[in-house]
Amino acid sequence: MSDRIQQVIEAFKHLSLVDKLDQFFVVLKQLVLAGVPEGWQPLVSGLLSVALVLGVFPGVFALITVIERKGLGRIQNRYGPNRVGIPFTKIRLCGFGQFIPDGIKSLTKEDIVPYAADHAVHFLAPIVMLIPVLLAYAVLPFGRNMTIADYDAGLLFFFAVGGAVEVSVFMAGWSSHNKYSLLGAMRAIAQMVSYEIPLILSAVTVVMIVGSLKLTDIVAHQSDYTCGIAHWYVFTPWGLAGCLLFFIAALAESNRCPFDLPEAESEIIAGYFTEYSGFKFALFFLGEYLGMFAIIGLGITLFLGGWTSPVSFLTWIPSYVWFLAKLVAIVFVFIWIRGTLPRLRMDQLMNLAWKFMLPLALINILVAGVWHFMGHDWQRWLVCGAIISGAYIGLGRGLMQNQKLGKRTYRFAE
Amino acid sequence: MLGEQIVKGMAVTARNFFGSYVSKERLTTVQYPEERLVPKENTRQFPFLVYDGDNWEKGLRCVACQICEKECPPKCIYIVKSKDKKPDYKGQPQLYPLTFDIDISVCMSCSICVEVCPFESIKMDTEFELSTDDRFEGLLLHKQELAKPNAHYHKVHAQDAKDSDAVLAAETAKAEAKAKAAAEAKAKAAATPAAPPPTPAG
Repeated sequence: MSDRIQQVIEAFKHLSLVDKLDQFFVVLKQLVLAGVPEGWQPLVSGLLSVALVLGVFPGVFALITVIERKGLGRIQNRYGPNRVGIPFTKIRLCGFGQFIPDGIKSLTKEDIVPYAADHAVHFLAPIVMLIPVLLAYAVLPFGRNMTIADYDAGLLFFFAVGGAVEVSVFMAGWSSHNKYSLLGAMRAIAQMVSYEIPLILSAVTVVMIVGSLKLTDIVAHQSDYTCGIAHWYVFTPWGLAGCLLFFIAALAESNRCPFDLPEAESEIIAGYFTEYSGFKFALFFLGEYLGMFAIIGLGITLFLGGWTSPVSFLTWIPSYVWFLAKLVAIVFVFIWIRGTLPRLRMDQLMNLAWKFMLPLALINILVAGVWHFMGHDWQRWLVCGAIISGAYIGLGRGLMQNQKLGKRTYRFAE
Repeated sequence: MLGEQIVKGMAVTARNFFGSYVSKERLTTVQYPEERLVPKENTRQFPFLVYDGDNWEKGLRCVACQICEKECPPKCIYIVKSKDKKPDYKGQPQLYPLTFDIDISVCMSCSICVEVCPFESIKMDTEFELSTDDRFEGLLLHKQELAKPNAHYHKVHAQDAKDSDAVLAAETAKAEAKAKAAAEAKAKAAATPAAPPPTPAG
């Protein structure tokens, strides 16, 4: 047993400093695994990885809630939370300790279950929400050699697991026996089913080009550099369109502004989790954000080069740092969008999904085919760019043509 | 083109975001416990009792007429009349409140009590930091907590306090004139005791 530990340490010593930083967690895990008997290794390995995911991502969630509130505040020319710092001291940390009292508050609140609710389903819904979301993290490559379960059909697994979230949303809405919950759940189902199609179709282009559903392969295909710039798919015409489509659909899948109809506060209180309080509410909140991180993580893997660095001279930064940095950057863009755009109406939501995003995603698949078969010519940039921008302008015009934009006139008011 | 206006909107919010770090003028909010806005002239929170002079117990203008108690819509005022009398600002002997309680957890700050008071004795204050950890006793204000000098009224609502003082001065003057006239009439009556009673006209 000590031989194996010696081997791991020897191998670690031979790595360069950059690699030592990069592979630190991988080697740490190998070290622990070398200390346990052969038969227990798969179980311990899984538990260690799960512990890391359960430690890191809820931590990111806690910080993001503060960043979101502060960012929205700044967008509205306010400070946002700036009081709570380290507990029992006067250090304020610009309010970044806010998540501690927030967490304590939601954990200590009374858990109220409506009398008329279907108790079993009502209890299960937040759990059913959280489990598929956490399962989705299994296939994401967080860094070099840092994938928990590197399935050959990783992408398929991700979408299959992600589909279960809709079940939990409907469970929550239906079991609460509340009209707002049910309305929210029905809106959520309509929205999530509609947007799952452009989400998956925009991811299909990457699968076509790479020829694999394995997420580590997809990252490996994007890790080359030309003139110091990475071969991320977002830098190609079809990749750019796919990336935008993917992130718009991700925005809708994670029920965020401007697609927050399922939980529109001003209309239906909190949508499907209106009747949840205390820890169950916190679980929904957590599940929603973890789902958003997972889907952003997938978007990063597909289009933004996963854990690779955008420019070759920054490759010394550890891969997991790149992954987290990209994640936080995209979340910040999501917060920016939330601070800017008002909520869509139901018909606008459906129009955008079915009349604009779906046709564009289908055309994008065609473009990806053209890109693949035109070889390494420079002309493929022109042809693909032209098709994409033509489709974008045409479909955009089609979406806008029946809109009577202008000053609103009222029949009875005024 | 689709998306143009979205980009414009995003630019506006980005300008707000970065601008709020650069220029303090953009920030519209006040950091409350450290910074405070001067209360507006017409701020009204909860009632208080005005007293004249230095002694809050002697100078209290209230005569326990209980009009405010009866008019109070949520019935948050509780008054117990005194048995004896003491002189008011005009020198007239008047009753005074033995107990005067206002439950500010019930008070809705309508200021009807202020409008109905004929003695300019109950007025609205601007104090709003009244939170307490004792929600029963802490929010029930007694006579002593409610009594505040006229100078305080001048401080919180200068114009209203001036008007109120003018009303009181006019009433005092009127009472004095009346007393004087009565005294004169009395003196006159005393001076000419033999004056014949006026004959009925016609």
